[in-house]
Amino acid sequence: MSNEKINAKNITEDEYFYGHKACAGCGGSVAVRLALKVLGKRTFSVLPAGCMSAVGFIYPQMAFSTNAMIAPFPATGAMISGVAAGAKALGIKDFHAVGIAGDGGTADIGFQALSGAIDRGDNIIYICYDNEAYMNTGIQKSGLTPYGTKTTTSPAGENLPGSIRQKKNMFEIVAAHDIDYAATCSIGYPNDFLNKLKKAKKIKGTSYIHVYASCPTGWGSPTNTSIDLAKKAVDCGLWYLAEYENGEFKLNKNPKKFISVKDYLLNQGRFKHLKEEDINVIIKNRDKKWEKIRKNWL
Amino acid sequence: MSNNKCFVSGDEAVALGARLARPNVISAYPITPQTIVVERLSEFVEDGSLEAEFMHVESEHSAMSAAMGVSSVGARAFTATSSQGLLHMSEGLHYASGARFPIVMMNANRALAVPWSIYGDQSDSMSQLNSGWIQVYVEDAQEALDMTIQAYKIAEDGNVLTPFMVNLDGFILTHTYELLNLPNQEEVDEFLPKYETENKMDLENPKSLCFSSTPLDNLEFKYQQHMAMINSKEVIEKVDKDYGDKFGRYYGGLIEEYKCDDASVLLVTVGSVTGTARVVVDNMRSEGIKVGLVKLRYMRPFPEEKIIELSKNVDKIGVIDKNISHGYEGTVFTHINSALSKMNNSPKAINFIGGMGGRDISKEDIKEIFKSLLTTNEDKEKTVQFIGMGCEIDE
Amino acid sequence: MEKPKLVEYKRPKHINDYPTGPTTEGGKLVEKNAGWRTYKPVVNKEKCVNCLRCYLVCPDGVIFKSEGKVDIDYDFCKGCGICEYECKLDAIKMIKEDK
Repeated sequence: MSNEKINAKNITEDEYFYGHKACAGCGGSVAVRLALKVLGKRTFSVLPAGCMSAVGFIYPQMAFSTNAMIAPFPATGAMISGVAAGAKALGIKDFHAVGIAGDGGTADIGFQALSGAIDRGDNIIYICYDNEAYMNTGIQKSGLTPYGTKTTTSPAGENLPGSIRQKKNMFEIVAAHDIDYAATCSIGYPNDFLNKLKKAKKIKGTSYIHVYASCPTGWGSPTNTSIDLAKKAVDCGLWYLAEYENGEFKLNKNPKKFISVKDYLLNQGRFKHLKEEDINVIIKNRDKKWEKIRKNWL
Repeated sequence: MSNNKCFVSGDEAVALGARLARPNVISAYPITPQTIVVERLSEFVEDGSLEAEFMHVESEHSAMSAAMGVSSVGARAFTATSSQGLLHMSEGLHYASGARFPIVMMNANRALAVPWSIYGDQSDSMSQLNSGWIQVYVEDAQEALDMTIQAYKIAEDGNVLTPFMVNLDGFILTHTYELLNLPNQEEVDEFLPKYETENKMDLENPKSLCFSSTPLDNLEFKYQQHMAMINSKEVIEKVDKDYGDKFGRYYGGLIEEYKCDDASVLLVTVGSVTGTARVVVDNMRSEGIKVGLVKLRYMRPFPEEKIIELSKNVDKIGVIDKNISHGYEGTVFTHINSALSKMNNSPKAINFIGGMGGRDISKEDIKEIFKSLLTTNEDKEKTVQFIGMGCEIDE
Repeated sequence: MEKPKLVEYKRPKHINDYPTGPTTEGGKLVEKNAGWRTYKPVVNKEKCVNCLRCYLVCPDGVIFKSEGKVDIDYDFCKGCGICEYECKLDAIKMIKEDK
């Protein structure tokens, strides 16, 4: 493949994830669709129990036209590694092996298998589409649910502002394995996502792509704002675009001025209950994080 | 047939059998008393005597999941586990059989915690009978090697496509050294050709695997799985014969009858205790006592028809269980009784629970079992009896 | 352009009509998603400059390139409205479906 950047004009017109049953405006399906367009037809994909598997393979409606298989919930990393090892042992050439899991399937129940895969340095790409809760089971808190999120297991009330913990820092945890390549993305910045995937394709070893992907159903947001919200998350500093490569962190986008966090939060049902003081906690945590990022990743 | 002799442990016999079966990928996590199997296999990969990928997975759950990934592209997968590890991969056991992936796994039968015990019993695999795996239980190292090879032949049969678990009693078999015949590679290659299947991902013709079904179709897929297990009975018998014809060792297929012909009582055993029971049967037969032994080789598929046939002319059947469903009875016994319930005049069956957590089952224990089976005091006889208790219990 | 296709589906009559295990050809669709929609996107081809933003961010991939503009596969569009929201030139409008 050439060094030319991938964009809407030159990306394949083929669709590999089509006719699925995801909710209207689903951010996760934007991530899966675009990822498979970059990876192409010669791809083995493994998706654990979760939204994308639930909406993509309901017999006889088969929405994946690349090879695809559902994994046990904790098993994405191990199963896609097995696929890669089996294909290699059979002498199959010129293929990609990709695991695609949600935030719970990655940061919680699938964490161990992912760690094992990175530790082995298996030639796989692992994509985490992060919609910040267990959406397929009905919006329960995961390890990537941020502070102040109302979910069905972290209700907001007089005593609690919803979730009281910050997101687990998956990107840096993955990087701490000294992984070959890791990157954070957002479906709000699709071109950045496409080109990081293109980079991951060329890596001989393990790549991890963490893509922020909105969920109108779980976030209580209009179906048409999914891309915009995922962009605003980056622009207000609650998410960031970065890479880890050759042992170094690199910040890809360093906003001169953040847009309003309050505006981002209060346009979503999951944050509508937040009081000024809760929003201040979120802003304080954001600033602390960015101080470190700017100090170390620039 | 050209066989080389070697002196190895049961674990090593499994590793040698696995090497002869040429798996493409081995994914395994260490657990006592299975470890030697995966140590040897990693050595075979290192020294080049086995051309395979060796995956160091971080758990048994991942060992099974990786094996499924391997099988999903049409490659041959091998793994091994024991006890807690088998339970840790329980989700994957059901998954692999549902997916119709003919993975072969050795299980070193070991007690389940707690109390912790690294020693043998069959609580682990007996708790997984509903996972859809074929389960064979072997008696010695030679059978362990032979069954590791036969396992692939049976599991990969187009009418079966069902994963296969080779069970060896922990320590008693896994760590005991025996002299065995090692088949040569060319002959094994003739017996077991490369795995070919349609049940795989294919870059030229992309597939969707392990999909979801609605209530409209789920039962049909499960029915297929049920029929595949039933189909395996015939395949097991055929493979046993073909293997015997080629390598000179026949095991009897689903069960082995030992001196059952004119027996008035039968003892049913599973695994290594069969060897001890053989000696007792021989001794008692030499005294003219008509006792017989049924070595139950397979728990899945369950050889119900054979059990019924053998039970027609006997007075009583004893069943040794190295496991118990607490508050009820041993799992093998439940199965035997289920078979007997389909007869018109079934003999009475008595369950003997023993050998748990590494407790020995001695020749004396087995002789006592036979004696009690031969004595008619039906009114007083308890259906479930514990053998080899180390202290007194209230009857 | 290749993509999963709508095929005619006949329910199995005999157990042998099922695949052996849950494995089947990928990219075969047996029903449309059009019924999910309340509003449908309509492209104004006069205004469209083929920037392909809508094509890129459509969760269902139903917007496709067509003669220098974009077109929509209404069989599988769910009417989420992302395309209208993201179009900087107001070249896509969501209009109520006649039911």
